[in-house]
Amino acid sequence: MSAKTLMRGTHVLGEAAIRSGCRAYFGYPITPQNELPEYMASSFAKMDDAVFVQAESELASINMVIGASATGARVMTSSSSPGISLKQEGISYLAAMELPAVIVNMMRGGPGLGNIAPAQGDYFQATKGGGHGDYRLIVLAPAYGQEIADMTRQAFDLADKYRTPVMILGDGMMGQMMEPVVFPDPLDVSKFPVKDWALTGAKGRPSRIIRSLWLDPPKEEELNWRLVRKYEAISQEITDQEIYLCDDAEIVVVAYGTAARIAKGAVHRVRSQGIKAGLFRPKTLWPFPGEVLASMSKNLEHIVVFEMSTGQMVEDVRLYVEGRCPVSFYGRPGGVVSTPEEIAGVLSGVGSGLIKKSA
Amino acid sequence: MKKVFSRPKSLKDVPFHYCPGCGHSVIHRLVCEVIDELGIQDKTIGVPPAGCAVLAYNYFDVDMCEAPHGRAAAVATGIKRMLPDRVVFTYQGDGDIAAIGTAETIHAANRGERVTCIFVNNAVYGMTGGQMAPTTIPGQVTTTSPGGRIPLRDGNPLDLSAMLALAAGSVFIERTTVINPKGVNRTKKAIKKAFQTQIEDKGFSLVEVLSPCPTNWKMSPAESVNWVEETMSKIFPIQVIKDVA
Repeated sequence: MSAKTLMRGTHVLGEAAIRSGCRAYFGYPITPQNELPEYMASSFAKMDDAVFVQAESELASINMVIGASATGARVMTSSSSPGISLKQEGISYLAAMELPAVIVNMMRGGPGLGNIAPAQGDYFQATKGGGHGDYRLIVLAPAYGQEIADMTRQAFDLADKYRTPVMILGDGMMGQMMEPVVFPDPLDVSKFPVKDWALTGAKGRPSRIIRSLWLDPPKEEELNWRLVRKYEAISQEITDQEIYLCDDAEIVVVAYGTAARIAKGAVHRVRSQGIKAGLFRPKTLWPFPGEVLASMSKNLEHIVVFEMSTGQMVEDVRLYVEGRCPVSFYGRPGGVVSTPEEIAGVLSGVGSGLIKKSA
Repeated sequence: MKKVFSRPKSLKDVPFHYCPGCGHSVIHRLVCEVIDELGIQDKTIGVPPAGCAVLAYNYFDVDMCEAPHGRAAAVATGIKRMLPDRVVFTYQGDGDIAAIGTAETIHAANRGERVTCIFVNNAVYGMTGGQMAPTTIPGQVTTTSPGGRIPLRDGNPLDLSAMLALAAGSVFIERTTVINPKGVNRTKKAIKKAFQTQIEDKGFSLVEVLSPCPTNWKMSPAESVNWVEETMSKIFPIQVIKDVA
């Protein structure tokens, strides 16, 4: 373990990636996440076994990720919303070619060029596909500096374990905010298990092919069902959430990432006014911890979903709650960041029809 | 009896799917002969395109990694940067490398990536059924330039190899053909030099091969050979475009 250090989120992510054995980073500048590639560039420059390339585009960088991953390396790329749109082509291929990789999205306001303020408008893109074809992306949503470090390690481990791309979904605020962090010890890259599918040159073994093209429809169908079996196993094994002050709660806020931290402050405020509120924070957005939420919802009077968007995760919440209790939505899109007071006001108004922004 | 000709070791013993008169089969064999002669079959990693050669991994008996359409140079960059002592090549058509993959290719060349591109130019999108390519020449009839390519309407043929020669990181670029024995020999020599350039860690190398496509040109194989010689090679001259290796 490292000593406790104060670092901004993007640097935490970079340091955690290196300690997780990441030895390749490919990216393209975009605000608000540039401190991450800068951290990788300066750190890798001091290492003799690591590769940093600033590519000519997000398209090129995600395809460099494909190449590096195919050799068996632990590899990462990062961007922010518009750049992540460009990476979708490669993410679909990574899923189909069953190549591990970690993709970081520090979300900003959108659609289009939007702005560079923190937002959560890419939930659909991250959890419902993003690229073409039948695939899923593991999506981890940290909320705290320490969790960025822990989830980065988890992201690389999951990517290798399931041979699948993993996204860390943060936002511009999380990337900039400085928090105390303790890092796990660095992993010894030389002790990683040999990947028996990696392309290294066919020395003393038959040649290997990494591909996503299956012109024969039954073969492509076979790939699709194999991926589904993998996704089912992932759903069984990794779904995770934080349940905070929910034991006696009558109203529960569902929020993730930065929005969840604001919501937590709101929960404290309304509890002091005698409102029994709690927080349900999905830590995995895909797979979504819907079963846990569904069983909780039976005993609730109301669920309020709070997102820094016009309402995306709320669809998953409603899908699992299935009307067991009312589900309201409150959102601030476009890079506007709510205060805990604002959300406390929303929670105080539950039941009196005061929730202003309904999806 | 003395054996004077056989299939290269690094070429799999399976029938090609390519059309009669197409240049791909010859160019595949030449790449494999070079791999055999350099003794690098067990350290070579190839990147096929999207296009007619999308199934190239069924023929080359070396490790192969598919790339999305046009992105071969970026995928090759990722491979080569992780494994600098391996020999990494891309095998791409003109639509793949000179239209959708222009940016990836130019920047790989500019970075001086130690990779080799085999660029098969047949002036048409073959796999998708004969549409106009970036390399389609003025007046050439394709399914999307039905009256012939009109430069002021449809653009001009793009000389990607000449553009790549401007990049400081490229060290060897040659344009050849496979329409006659002389051209075949010269193509093999160019491919060998391109691979050697990479092995010697000098920079980016590329061989552009003008290759007949009788199916989409709606010509006989013999007419196709003549068309390369008399028409196509006037726009894309057979020559060493850059050699600072």
